[in-house]
Amino acid sequence: MPFSLLKYGLRKDYPFEEDADIPSAHKLRDSYDVVIIGGGGHGVATAYYLAKYHGITNVAILEKGYLGGGNTARNTAVIRSNYLTPEGVRFYGASVELFQGLSNEFDFNIMYSRRGQLTLAHTESAVSAFRQRAEINTHYGGKSALIGPDEIRKLVPCLNMNPAHMPVLAGLWHIDGATARHDAVAWGFAKGATQRGVELHQLTEVTGVDVENGKVTGVQTNRGKVRCGCVVQAVAGHSALMAEKAGFRLPITVYPLQAMVTQPVKPFIDPLVSSPALHCYVQQTGRGEIVLGSGSDPYPLYNTRSTLPLKESLLSNAVALFPFMSQLRMLRQWAGITDITSDYSPIMGLSPVQGYYLDAGWGTWGFKSTPICGKTMAELVAGGGTVPDLIKPFSLERFERFAQINEMGATAASH
Amino acid sequence: MSKQRQGLLITGDAPVQFTFEGQRFSGLPGDTLASALLANGQWLQSRSFKYHRPRGPLSLSGQDANTLVQLGPEPNVLADRTPLSEGLSASGQNYVGSLAKDGDSRLGFFGRFMPVGFYYRAFYKPRGIWDRWEKVIRKKAGLGVLDTQREAGYHDKQYLFCDIAVVGAGPAGLAAALRAADAGASVLLIEQDPYIGGSLAWHRYDVQGGAAAAMLADLRRVEAHPRIRTLTDATCNAWFADHYLPVIQGTRLYKVRAKQTVLASGALEQHVVFHNNDLPGIVLCSAAERMLALYGITPGNKALVLAGNDQSCRSALTLADAGVQVSAVVDMRASPDDPALLQALSERAIRYIPGHTVYSARGSGSQGRISQAEIRPITAPGEVGNTAETIDCDLLCMSSGYMPAWQLPCQAGAKLSYQDEVAGFRLSGQAAGVHLAGSVNNIFTAEAVVKDGERAAAAALAALGYDVDVPESVSCALRPNYDWPMFAHPKGKEFVDFDEDLQLRDIVNATRMGYRDIQLVKRFSTVGMGPSQGRHSALPTARLVAKATGRTISETGVTTARPPFAPEKVAHNAGRVLHPYRQTPMHHRHLEAGAHMVPVGDWQRPAYYGQPDQARHCIESEAMHVRNAVGLIDVGTLGKIELRGPDAAELLNRLYTASFDNMEIGSTRYAIMTNEHGVVIDDGVACRLGETHFYITATTSGVTRVYRAMTQWNAQWRLDVDILNVTGAFAAVNLAGPLSHKVLAAAGTDVDISAAGFPYLAYREGQVAGISARLMRVGFVGELGYEIHVPARYGEALWDALIKAGRAFGIKPFGVDTQRLLRLEKGHLIVGQDTDGMSHPGELNLNWAVDRKKPFFVGQRSVAIMKREQTQRHLVAFELPAGSETPAEGLLVLEGAEVSGKITSCAYSPTLDKVIGLAWASSAHKKPGSQIVIKSAGGEPLTATVVKLPFYDKALSRQEIQA
Ligand SMILES: Cc1cc2nc3c(=O)[nH]c(=O)nc-3n(C[C@H](O)[C@H](O)[C@H](O)COP(=O)(O)OP(=O)(O)OC[C@H]3O[C@@H](n4cnc5c(N)ncnc54)[C@H](O)[C@@H]3O)c2cc1C
Repeated sequence: MPFSLLKYGLRKDYPFEEDADIPSAHKLRDSYDVVIIGGGGHGVATAYYLAKYHGITNVAILEKGYLGGGNTARNTAVIRSNYLTPEGVRFYGASVELFQGLSNEFDFNIMYSRRGQLTLAHTESAVSAFRQRAEINTHYGGKSALIGPDEIRKLVPCLNMNPAHMPVLAGLWHIDGATARHDAVAWGFAKGATQRGVELHQLTEVTGVDVENGKVTGVQTNRGKVRCGCVVQAVAGHSALMAEKAGFRLPITVYPLQAMVTQPVKPFIDPLVSSPALHCYVQQTGRGEIVLGSGSDPYPLYNTRSTLPLKESLLSNAVALFPFMSQLRMLRQWAGITDITSDYSPIMGLSPVQGYYLDAGWGTWGFKSTPICGKTMAELVAGGGTVPDLIKPFSLERFERFAQINEMGATAASH
Repeated sequence: MSKQRQGLLITGDAPVQFTFEGQRFSGLPGDTLASALLANGQWLQSRSFKYHRPRGPLSLSGQDANTLVQLGPEPNVLADRTPLSEGLSASGQNYVGSLAKDGDSRLGFFGRFMPVGFYYRAFYKPRGIWDRWEKVIRKKAGLGVLDTQREAGYHDKQYLFCDIAVVGAGPAGLAAALRAADAGASVLLIEQDPYIGGSLAWHRYDVQGGAAAAMLADLRRVEAHPRIRTLTDATCNAWFADHYLPVIQGTRLYKVRAKQTVLASGALEQHVVFHNNDLPGIVLCSAAERMLALYGITPGNKALVLAGNDQSCRSALTLADAGVQVSAVVDMRASPDDPALLQALSERAIRYIPGHTVYSARGSGSQGRISQAEIRPITAPGEVGNTAETIDCDLLCMSSGYMPAWQLPCQAGAKLSYQDEVAGFRLSGQAAGVHLAGSVNNIFTAEAVVKDGERAAAAALAALGYDVDVPESVSCALRPNYDWPMFAHPKGKEFVDFDEDLQLRDIVNATRMGYRDIQLVKRFSTVGMGPSQGRHSALPTARLVAKATGRTISETGVTTARPPFAPEKVAHNAGRVLHPYRQTPMHHRHLEAGAHMVPVGDWQRPAYYGQPDQARHCIESEAMHVRNAVGLIDVGTLGKIELRGPDAAELLNRLYTASFDNMEIGSTRYAIMTNEHGVVIDDGVACRLGETHFYITATTSGVTRVYRAMTQWNAQWRLDVDILNVTGAFAAVNLAGPLSHKVLAAAGTDVDISAAGFPYLAYREGQVAGISARLMRVGFVGELGYEIHVPARYGEALWDALIKAGRAFGIKPFGVDTQRLLRLEKGHLIVGQDTDGMSHPGELNLNWAVDRKKPFFVGQRSVAIMKREQTQRHLVAFELPAGSETPAEGLLVLEGAEVSGKITSCAYSPTLDKVIGLAWASSAHKKPGSQIVIKSAGGEPLTATVVKLPFYDKALSRQEIQA
């Protein structure tokens, strides 16, 4: 038993006040230097890095529900950096690196688990696409390789190599692929941020944005008006709606994304396995549950209902890949609403409103970027709007210049 | 066993042999595994998740995780839902050693060192150590073991339709079904238990007893009703939008489409939270009643009842009448609601101890079964006095009240609000067409429940247009919930959540650590996340969190009830795991010819004809044969769309980049489709068959998307045009090679196929080998060729006729891989392979296919802007000298240290004897003659020369009939 647990058992009054990870509600003041809209992973991470690296602590995070209760709570926690573009690989690679140190940085275990991710190719064209991703990844220092059926069998002996008339030809083996306890990531960031003086206001919904002469001056909330020097918008599925409140439009379409989980069983599979062709990915959590995910629902919708057709298709594909999983029992099915851009890359940086910074378009893949987003968004705020190099390519105006960062092929059912 | 057991579900007396934990037992037909074990005195059936505490049945109705066992290869099977069968073999799970002697049970002693969320607070210092701890912890987690060599066996699905689906065949559901069916509606009645009647089958609704049976006798009319179909042993596992209900029965998933839904799904009896409330032998009152009535099991010798309502007092009567010695009814309340109960208890010499609770329990023996309970007076909510009395018992039945089965109603949009007057949650606000009835609607007396069922049915009938009066809502004065049935103990182990081993202080501490929202409490403590999904923990958690955070219980609420209601096998959803693929009419001919088939979109296609280890040889020789003689390829998988109507040309104008206005009848035109971003998303060949009639091809994997885009856009534009996806209706081949016209002539055609009569890019209709056909003179592979489309049913005949006619000319079939090589030589790109999700016409050298004078097409603005801007990249053609390695598709193109592109197509060209390819590269290198650097598989740079397309037949003469 680790030493750190002894103190809990030996202390009678545990937990003390100071053991609280998240402080209780504050009074909402009428002015802050920085307002962050959205208390998801991205919002709290931004606050954390603002406080930690830039000494900016007069910050309020405004969250309409509860901490990390949006997509941060709903996501399937795939962490990887095997993207398709140099910009993407660099950016997500930096995130993976940050992730690895978070538990110790927070003094809070986020249960980062490096399992490796295996993406399956069932057609020659997928093999070429994966070859490209392996090459790009390696070129920029990542750890990915195109592997053949024999190696795949060794990594995942229980995989059916000929599912649904689509033989597994090769796999993209991404050694850095990982997962973590998703809630804990938001809590860890919140803990670190609030300890440094940032205020987290849950049940506080931003209902309007005040803009004067093209510059943001404050926000309106269900708890009153708040003035501020600048705003960071990090509201994921609600990005387009929020931007509208600030007076501009975002090239974002919203689709529901569903996921599901089974009852826990003893560990039998280590890597994260995904098959884009079968729209299916699978991983076993630390609790022993199998988490299953798929592609987005086929039509735009602001709704988080679950559907039977998706469950049927996802599970029949999962069974094609892992026939024995037919014996598992389903526990829960849920959905989130995701903000998808046309190039499957995020929108980060400046907006048409001065002092109003964007962190949006995270679609089905933004959990893995939580730390690096927070870090770069904090730099952006602290630098008074000087855009850090790492996120320059993801600017909103790239759509005007048709300089999209195409990650479509690397996103799909792998997230 | 001295006396034969008699129970509603016991259907015979021939012993059924089975084993549990390697030990042989015998049960009766009709038993579940759990009831048979109980009949044998085997209370210990599982070990808890975290502390490995001994556990036995709690609800005996599949509503808790205490009976999860391993059934052969299948983990996490509910023993109280598993019918007993001869030879069945099961064991406990999640233990080290055996169920009775679990090495991990000592974990319970360390409980104090494992406070709620302890794993967030340890195991990561020093950095790196977590990797090792993780393995240990992962092994401890999880319940059963999955056998990765075994499958679940046959499962299937069936659709069902009805006017009104009634979920739950208790008194409310039965009454609703009868009311609805009597009025003429078709009713599907769905009951998770194997019998109808619900609590009428085992619960005592009156002090005398007997009322329930009489009432059930009336309601049994459903069984013979012509308009009621009853599914028992069938669980409605969710409510999906528009009354789409998944119902699981046996190995079948019924997908039910109802017009209205009556949810008569009952209420879940709740436990009392006290020290050691999880010992085997401590059950819900309803479980003891079920044991007696359903299985004829005497649940104990010396029973104690911990009451929070009159229902539980009546259970004591039932137990006593069945011959169980009931030492006392310990009632948390000051008195029963119905004074007649006191009389009835004293008649049976049952002590009634009001204002008291069981404060702690002790277990003993090899199964850890309850042997003693300590009772204390309640002095304030959740607090007890110091006077203690210890009572011996081997059975403790408890009830603190009920929680409406909120899962399905909440999936249908209902909200829960807590009502202090009744100390319980109430549901309201569910979607239109969903009606609640009975105890799920907080109606508890039998007569009122029946009325409520009839009222719900009337409401459903009215919504369906029946002319019926909908009665006023039914009221019920009964108050079955005790408001604070939770008693903290210095030693803890007062379980709020049995699945997750969460004690009272764990919930409170979660709030003290800052996790104050009910959702955060759940996520941090894992309360409600176990197999029973909070059935018993939601209510106490809501109360505890409300108190700890100073909010009302309504404000606190419960966490979202996600589907499914009960754990369901993956196999039920997967069904027969059908993954059909499409095959063309010539499929068997390809197999006979030794084709290597590969998946392309939804189809199977020949890649080439021959063995995979000879692939390259096969492809090259097939290609040479097309170049030098004649080949035949099945292109039936191509998308085919037929457009008819005055606005057909206009629709194409708006959706494709070319202009179709002046296109001549009998001609074809290459067409590319862009999306709003100006990105090329598909291409095909458009044929004009008439003034108002077009036939256009699309890519094999793109046609569904193209067709959808056409219909979707036209829903906005409302042009006068019919759009039909005829992909499967036509078979198609491409007859290609210098001798192709001779083969066509030999096969017999009435089309004038002379050079002048059927020029390049023309379209003709006529007979080929006696089959009505559409012919196109296209040159995808770079030779003289005819694409011939015929109705699908003639596909095989056409294939046979052409092969036969071609024999004299040495015709050979060729596959899609060969076609890829041929078109590469000719410099034709493949959308999807050579393009990506961002490719604009300009970057692809396709500006020629974009009409500049048209007023509009989807993507036009973007394409125009892109044309003005300096594009960064370009799809270039490159060559490497013969003898150099053939870089694989997907390898990178470098610009200094940076990646500037990738190879999209590359092959050794036997025709040209060099390596040729297409690649994305910086647009600085798009001029023929410049050099691009490829990063080879080994990492070394490979310099290639950019050339002008096509690689092959720059003179464009091969597409004509050769002299
Ligand atoms: C089912 C599913 C699976 C996924 N799987 C993965 C995966 O495996 N890997 C991966 O990397 N990504 C995944 N994602 C994507 C990932 O979850 C998101 O991109 C990421 O969580 C976004 O983080 P966030 O902090 O920006 O958003 P959120 O966590 O959604 O936070 C935004 C917050 O803003 C709040 N908000 C909204 N409007 C207002 C307002 N007006 N005022 C105040 N607050 C407001 C919301 O309540 C919310 O809490 C998945 C998503 C889903 C839905």
